[in-house]
Amino acid sequence: MLVSRFTERSTIEDRMAGFMAHLRLNGFPAGLGETETALRAMQAIEPLNPDELRLALSSICATNADRKQRFNDLFRAYWLSDGRIRHENRPKGHDRQDRRSVQTSNIRAHEIAAGSSGTPDAPDDGQDGEVETGGEGQLVAARIENLRKTDLRHLVTPEDIAEAERMAFQLARAIRDRRSRRRKAARRGAQLDLRRIARHSVAHGGDPIELFQRKRPDRPVRLSVILDVSGSMMIYARAFLAFVRGLVSADLHTEAYLLHTRLIRVTDTMREGETLKSVGRLSLMSSGIGGGTKIGENLKTFCSQYARHSVNSRSVVIILSDGYDTGDPALVGEALARLKKRGCRVLWLNPLKGWAGYEPVARGMAAAIPHLDLFASANTLEGLAALEPELARL
Amino acid sequence: METPANWTDLKAALDGLDYVASDDLSMALHLAITLGKPLLLEGAAGVGKTQIAKTLSELFATKLIRLQCYEGLDASSAIYEWNYQRQLLAIRAASESGEAGNVEERIFSDKYLMARPLLEAIQQETPPVLLIDEVDRADEEFEAYLLEILAEFQISIPELGTISARSKPHVILTSNGTRDLSDALRRRCLYAYVEYPDRKTELAILQKRQPGLAARLAEQIVGVVQALRKEELEKTPGVAEMLDWAAALSGLGINDLTDDPEAVQASLVCLLKTQSDRAAIPIEVQERLVGKAA
Repeated sequence: MLVSRFTERSTIEDRMAGFMAHLRLNGFPAGLGETETALRAMQAIEPLNPDELRLALSSICATNADRKQRFNDLFRAYWLSDGRIRHENRPKGHDRQDRRSVQTSNIRAHEIAAGSSGTPDAPDDGQDGEVETGGEGQLVAARIENLRKTDLRHLVTPEDIAEAERMAFQLARAIRDRRSRRRKAARRGAQLDLRRIARHSVAHGGDPIELFQRKRPDRPVRLSVILDVSGSMMIYARAFLAFVRGLVSADLHTEAYLLHTRLIRVTDTMREGETLKSVGRLSLMSSGIGGGTKIGENLKTFCSQYARHSVNSRSVVIILSDGYDTGDPALVGEALARLKKRGCRVLWLNPLKGWAGYEPVARGMAAAIPHLDLFASANTLEGLAALEPELARL
Repeated sequence: METPANWTDLKAALDGLDYVASDDLSMALHLAITLGKPLLLEGAAGVGKTQIAKTLSELFATKLIRLQCYEGLDASSAIYEWNYQRQLLAIRAASESGEAGNVEERIFSDKYLMARPLLEAIQQETPPVLLIDEVDRADEEFEAYLLEILAEFQISIPELGTISARSKPHVILTSNGTRDLSDALRRRCLYAYVEYPDRKTELAILQKRQPGLAARLAEQIVGVVQALRKEELEKTPGVAEMLDWAAALSGLGINDLTDDPEAVQASLVCLLKTQSDRAAIPIEVQERLVGKAA
């Protein structure tokens, strides 16, 4: 039986305003206007019937398809007995994994090195895990006391995060700046447009009096970044979020998505405010963060929903993931093949690849590799920086 | 007809007019009507977003005014335009008959104003249903203008002054998601996402629209279409396509999908609208789908 947890003394206005604040915390644009509409709407329905109230509030507050999906959980979390805390909608019966993902989220680096706890997410079938969590698994170069060579999972201070962001900014620039191969007439161009000059010189008896110029117009590359924030990637999450933010802030057309069991578009959140603050909000937005991964399914969603508008032949799709997929790995290959049909380039940055003795045996990863334009390691800032010339060539 | 008292009544009333609405949609509609707010509908193509506006206008027995948005839609084709030819004629006639004075006043009057959908909608005596179809196709500038009208329900014409609404229209906006709408517009509206109907609902829709269809064939049709939606297709068939297909099949005199696979395969043109989709469903796959649905 679900019981309301409100004291009798709080008025309905208070509760409704509280609910809007709750939605705001979870990334909905809900404000005074919505509260007012909701209160008016309550006169048109049977407010004591939770289902009816849910339907009504959902049509007022959940103003796009993504919010619609999340609304029911948020509604239940606030109005029914679950309380006003962030609602963790993990499936039941995965207690072991749950506990582990909680641990990994605030894990410290030496714990991983010692292999004591927080084993990065279970591999597909538990057998072909290439991750040795002992000393072997450490990045070889990480021993050197150099920030740029430190494995990204050790990056925790704000300065490190800022460095990751700066690096991403440069990379995004390297990818983005593209010139067309063709030349177009331009008022201020690098080259002279000889054909046109010759043509116009006829009028002056062959003297090239009027000069025309040409240039190669900009053909900026559009980026879409998909960041895996599942349990196994949690240790890299902060650095990678900063990295994604750097990419997003380099160009107005870059789109960012988070992926765990669902795919969420986070471009707008990434653009606002400070990194750490937005990281905090992101973790609220995607309540499944640190849980399992469904890469294939989510890439498919990406293809069918977002790629249609944001990916074309001048796009580069960057996937940051370790390739551990709790869903069907065959889907990863299918989805990538479909994505490639749009003519884009796909890069996969896998933090595990920089580890000594890494083999892409995770089935999701293995299925993906034939479709990738670039498969690179991404576990040190130096590794990321080294990508720059490669990306410039893509 | 009177406004239904609550959302279940509304749902039943829509049902009576052969529109099977989900709970979500009926509630959103009900609130949109009682609160006088615009309703934004999103969803894949062919799930009945436009149809709901038509049904609503039927329910209220009022006019349906439709504004189809497209890229480059501007104020003169959405709101109002002066009838320049008539104005010129009037000026000419006035100068020939030697009538001086208030020509200017005359030619900028109601008589010379051509109301386009938005202006027309706010001039009606009884509140009409205003359908702004595929609002995502219009430019962002137009969206901003639309916001103003949706908020105030008045239109200012520099030569005439401000025209405010005689009655507030029931506004329904639809979007297919070709571009993301601004949050400002979304917040002004109530929102409902129209999904593909489930098997039961779709069957109900088919029976409403094609009452003559044999129950067995109807079930097969719905089964196949539902299965097709799970296939990897570029354009997923919507409800409208399903109805077309049903009409085509009954036109071909097919009573059972398993009888004549070739004819059924040929009739799939109603559902599969691209070459690669056609190629993705060869006759073997179609027979398997039919077999499963039967």
